[in-house]
Amino acid sequence: MGTGDDTQPLLRAEGLAVGHEGRMVQRGLDFEVQRGEVLAIIGASGCGKSTLLRHLIGLQQPLAGRVLYGAHDMHHCDEATHDALRRRFGMMFQAGALWSAMSVGENLMLPMRLFTRLSATEREQRARHQLALVGLAEGFDLAPAALSGGMRKRAAIARALALDPPLLYLDEPSSGLDPVNATRLDELIGHLRDDLGRTVVMVTHDIDSVFAVADRALFLDEQEQTMTALDTPAALLAQGPARVREFLRRGRCA
Amino acid sequence: MTDLSPRLSRPSSAQTTLIFFGEVLLALGRLLRGRSRLQRGDLLEQLDRTGPRALPIVLLTSFLVGLMLAYMGGAQLDRIGAQAYIADVVTVGMVRELGGLMTGVILAGRLGAAFAAELGSMQAHEEIDALRVLGVDPVDHLVLPRLLALLLVAPLLVGFGALVGVLAGLPAAVGAFGVPAVEYLHQSLAALTWTHLWIGQFKGLLYAALVALAGCREGLHAGRDAQAVGEATTRAVVKALVWIVAAACATTVFFTSLGY
Repeated sequence: MGTGDDTQPLLRAEGLAVGHEGRMVQRGLDFEVQRGEVLAIIGASGCGKSTLLRHLIGLQQPLAGRVLYGAHDMHHCDEATHDALRRRFGMMFQAGALWSAMSVGENLMLPMRLFTRLSATEREQRARHQLALVGLAEGFDLAPAALSGGMRKRAAIARALALDPPLLYLDEPSSGLDPVNATRLDELIGHLRDDLGRTVVMVTHDIDSVFAVADRALFLDEQEQTMTALDTPAALLAQGPARVREFLRRGRCA
Repeated sequence: MTDLSPRLSRPSSAQTTLIFFGEVLLALGRLLRGRSRLQRGDLLEQLDRTGPRALPIVLLTSFLVGLMLAYMGGAQLDRIGAQAYIADVVTVGMVRELGGLMTGVILAGRLGAAFAAELGSMQAHEEIDALRVLGVDPVDHLVLPRLLALLLVAPLLVGFGALVGVLAGLPAAVGAFGVPAVEYLHQSLAALTWTHLWIGQFKGLLYAALVALAGCREGLHAGRDAQAVGEATTRAVVKALVWIVAAACATTVFFTSLGY
């Protein structure tokens, strides 16, 4: 299945309503993700950012609306199409979600073993290359438990890249990291976009990170239960809705 | 705004269990059609931890139960001068009922809890979500290796447990009730029938499956924090034990009513 016209958005959400733990948290979400951009999803804690992400990657069924990759609805397609759509993105979960029973290298090689015809040697070479890409070349044989928070996130990004998807989802990539490691991760995200042509959708609380790497930011309003702004971070700070401007200003001061 | 509440309702615990059983059956169907993502290495790893590592504790408990059965049965039979039948009581009891039951109880405490804790921890740390995002069915990848490993080792564990239990009755019969050792062994062999053997093995398989299903069901559906993992582990053990006792009762009534 092709990925369609390169000028078309990589992802489109139409009238999306999402819920969590038996309650609806966001509705009426309409947005597109363009190829090669970094889109940040921001908003107060509990407003549904991570929940939205779980719907975009197909882990949860939307209450209403559609998630379209090209012309295909993620939640209403046959199994083969659904599998093909999954190959279009990689996901980094908030705490990394590395499979703890495996080494870091095995974490990267499992998707390759399941979904590619690469030989064991090729899989290892590719895994080592992906780890080097995220600055974790020495981590191949380590257990996930032996990694620091920042290393775990880098390893998780490397695993998300294992099948070479054009789109990466990152859930709170800089949460829990010291400023140095957070900046390194921002640089890595910029590198993925600028040098490797990846599209990145990231959920984040880190407003400095939003201004450092995001091309656009989507604000989810907890009170309105919908998105109230989508623009470049600078434009949102200058002329966004009052609540968005305050959120960004306070975030930058924090 | 449209009322969305019907789509937000969550299945009850019983519905979740039924759905999980259905998913396992579908996964077994995929396995039989050669379309499962079950990894041979995962199965071998589970075989190692379910079989050899569980054997000593199964043998110990079976030995003690066999000894107890011989003393208890012997005391009653002694009153009517029928000590020679101690071997019948112990052999039929261990082979047909207690070998499988003790194996199931030990597996519930040892492996049902471990399965729930492992899978619950994976659930809490989003490791299972990471599998789902890839399109890997956690039932294929995590449940089947554990279920199949238990089903493969259960006949051996039940068989060895029953054998040790029967042999454990020997010193009690000889030492406390004066039954000659040769007579005990002869009587044991005479009491042993293919019907007792296959019913005992069937029950052992059933209990092992229930242990694996209870552990994996609770682990896969655990909450996302440490407390939830602990609760899932407790629920897995309790559920496995209740299911085992209910299955033991139901199968005993069923087979007896059929004349076996």
